[in-house]
Amino acid sequence: MSPDLLKFIFGRLGFESLPLHEPIVVGTFAVVALGGAALLGGLTYFRLWGYLWREWFTTVDHKRIGIMYMILGIVMLLRGFADALMMRGQQMLAFGGSEGYLNAHHYDQVFTAHGVIMIFFVAMPLVTGLMNYVVPLQIGARDVSFPFLNNFSFWMTVGGAVLVMASLFIGEFARTGWLAYPPLSNIGYSPDVGVDYYIWALQVAGVGTTLSGINLICTIVKLRCPGMTMMKMPVFTWTSLCTNVLIVASFPVLTVVLALLSLDRYVGTNFFTNDFGGSPMMYVNLIWIWGHPEVYILVLPAFGIFSEVTSTFSGKRLFGYTSMVYATVVITILSYLVWLHHFFTMGSGASVNSFFGITTMIISIPTGAKMFNWLFTMYRGRIRYELPMMWTIAFMLTFVIGGMTGVLLAVPPADFVLHNSLFLIAHFHNVIIGGVVFGAFAGISYWFPKAFGFKLDPFWGKMSFWFWVTGFYLAFMPLYVLGLMGVTRRLRVFDDPSLQIWFVIAAIGAFLVLLGILSMLMQFAVSFLRREQLKDVTGDPWDARTLEWATSSPPPDYNFAFTPVVHDNDAWWDMKRRGYQRPLTGFKPIHMPSSTGTGIILAGLATAMGFGLIWYMWWLAALSFAGLLVVGIGHTFNYHRDFDIPAEDVIRTEDARTKLLAGAK
Amino acid sequence: MSTDTHAAHADDHHHHDGHAHGSFSTYMLGFVLSVVLTAIPFWLVMSGALPSKQITALVIMAFAVVQIVVHMIYFLHMNTTSENGWSMMALIFTIVMVVIALSGSLWVMSHLNSNMMPIHQMSGMK
Repeated sequence: MSPDLLKFIFGRLGFESLPLHEPIVVGTFAVVALGGAALLGGLTYFRLWGYLWREWFTTVDHKRIGIMYMILGIVMLLRGFADALMMRGQQMLAFGGSEGYLNAHHYDQVFTAHGVIMIFFVAMPLVTGLMNYVVPLQIGARDVSFPFLNNFSFWMTVGGAVLVMASLFIGEFARTGWLAYPPLSNIGYSPDVGVDYYIWALQVAGVGTTLSGINLICTIVKLRCPGMTMMKMPVFTWTSLCTNVLIVASFPVLTVVLALLSLDRYVGTNFFTNDFGGSPMMYVNLIWIWGHPEVYILVLPAFGIFSEVTSTFSGKRLFGYTSMVYATVVITILSYLVWLHHFFTMGSGASVNSFFGITTMIISIPTGAKMFNWLFTMYRGRIRYELPMMWTIAFMLTFVIGGMTGVLLAVPPADFVLHNSLFLIAHFHNVIIGGVVFGAFAGISYWFPKAFGFKLDPFWGKMSFWFWVTGFYLAFMPLYVLGLMGVTRRLRVFDDPSLQIWFVIAAIGAFLVLLGILSMLMQFAVSFLRREQLKDVTGDPWDARTLEWATSSPPPDYNFAFTPVVHDNDAWWDMKRRGYQRPLTGFKPIHMPSSTGTGIILAGLATAMGFGLIWYMWWLAALSFAGLLVVGIGHTFNYHRDFDIPAEDVIRTEDARTKLLAGAK
Repeated sequence: MSTDTHAAHADDHHHHDGHAHGSFSTYMLGFVLSVVLTAIPFWLVMSGALPSKQITALVIMAFAVVQIVVHMIYFLHMNTTSENGWSMMALIFTIVMVVIALSGSLWVMSHLNSNMMPIHQMSGMK
């Protein structure tokens, strides 16, 4: 074939794009390919494809979509953590003239991929998954407002993750750091496909995130059951509402910034170039207008989880519900007023820096108020130290340290010393792991019995807990020390041998975290095998307080046979106290949305379009775009959108639950 | 307990809330207003009726703001009571966010511009 034709078909993609010269990547590919082949073979052998397609991939049930989000988050956690281990290993070894085992080209991709994956494809799916699963149940709804959109959002997030993963074996990922600051990320300095992978992965996933934000806001505003006024909503629903408001208000900024960066890269505009009137500083400014709210997007739902867990396991009503709600709303607004603290050192004057320094310190007030609310909830409570509560206490201790170093960094003069140092790295891992990750784990162990009908095995859970917590402290406390000594982030080799011991300690910490992750996987496996012993037939294994515990575990497709009516903040607790009797008769057909494959098809086309744009395969991009339009418009003519669950099915499901409950007594 | 714990199984099928969808005349009025509000800025630029470019730009921005309001009222059917006031609340929140992002960016970028741009552009500075 002629080179012109080849270039037309494959764009920039050629055999030299495959990283065959990187033995580590080739080895990884071999393992992934074997594992993937085994998985696909297994699915085919056990004839699971039809089941997966019908019951999971095309489902519009918010519970299943929530579970799929969690699986995506956990799978990507393994990838992101592998990157972390590689960095810790490299920094531990590269002393005294040693180059370590990663070359600069590879190492720079590793730290970029670690950040991008952990934020966008681990933390976001875990948080979105928990919100998706829990919010409709907590407000007594049958599903989210737009069930099809929910499925589509999930698959768009997967599409972004697929692009990031593809960059490992086809071409390369960005070498720019997780926010891809220009001018480094501009075409002149990053002419390869790395930054394009970054851009299109985030753009595809960003569509999903924004749409799921709109969906959940709408759900919370419109679908609350009768009696649930705003100030009777569970705190997790409140924090989810605020988080989704933040998503809808801030993700468009990210979309626009990345669109402008792609214009710079693809058509030669000069928004963020050094010359011709462009300003790279504008990129930094804009991306942090998204980036700061993003950290609150992640941590607010975690705060909600801790609130539910603390009050459930202390056996008490949450202390200061109203102040908790107002603190959440205040954080929502304030999170838009602090973005400049990410670039104090870029050259703003004293007035700008002091304004943003002060607003940053003010955020610690509502956050501190929350901390006291949790403490006072525990005060004189009958605390049960089950796994979710253990994660919560670990969070409270860890997050306070992270919060204090954050306030320290908010002082502009101190920031001039610590900016870009490992102190900063230690700080944000301290709040993200201590807040978001511990929160997600508390949420997983708290709601797992709701989702699957059996509790998680406590032994392996506690193993995981202690490995994670000690591992975290060992891995990141040395980084505070190193940061104070002036070590900057993203370094590949070191000269000063006296620093090595701290990196060795950090690497040991990372290894303990690895054991924590493996224990968690073990916990899932063991719990599945012991599911009969760990079974929850009551639907309320923790003696909890909110509506999701009023239905069975796992809940039926329709969540609630009758829409509950709420009279109190802790609706289910109130119902239990008043001697609530489950209705046994009078069931009617239930109107539900139908499954559809359109979401996964659209997301597949969007991913193909991203791939085409990354590799300059214009025909693929154009074709996929046309496909998106055709399928999208075609779906509007699909009139098989809903069906009724017949009354007999509802009666059968509810009778089965009645029998189970009778057996439990 | 006589307190009701379950809603009467009301009609679950989607029903329309009673918000206005506009009539032919309001759509027409909105359309005419948008056209006029678009035509005037074009005329201002093409005829150069105003003395300076800066004033022209500011006037066009003012027209753009009015245009947004027209769209919200006539095409999005927003008023202070629609959707139980949620539309109004969302609008206020949006305005607050946009004002923060725009004024903050202008403030930050003007600082960066005066502090960080190359020496030859800093003639006006002390």
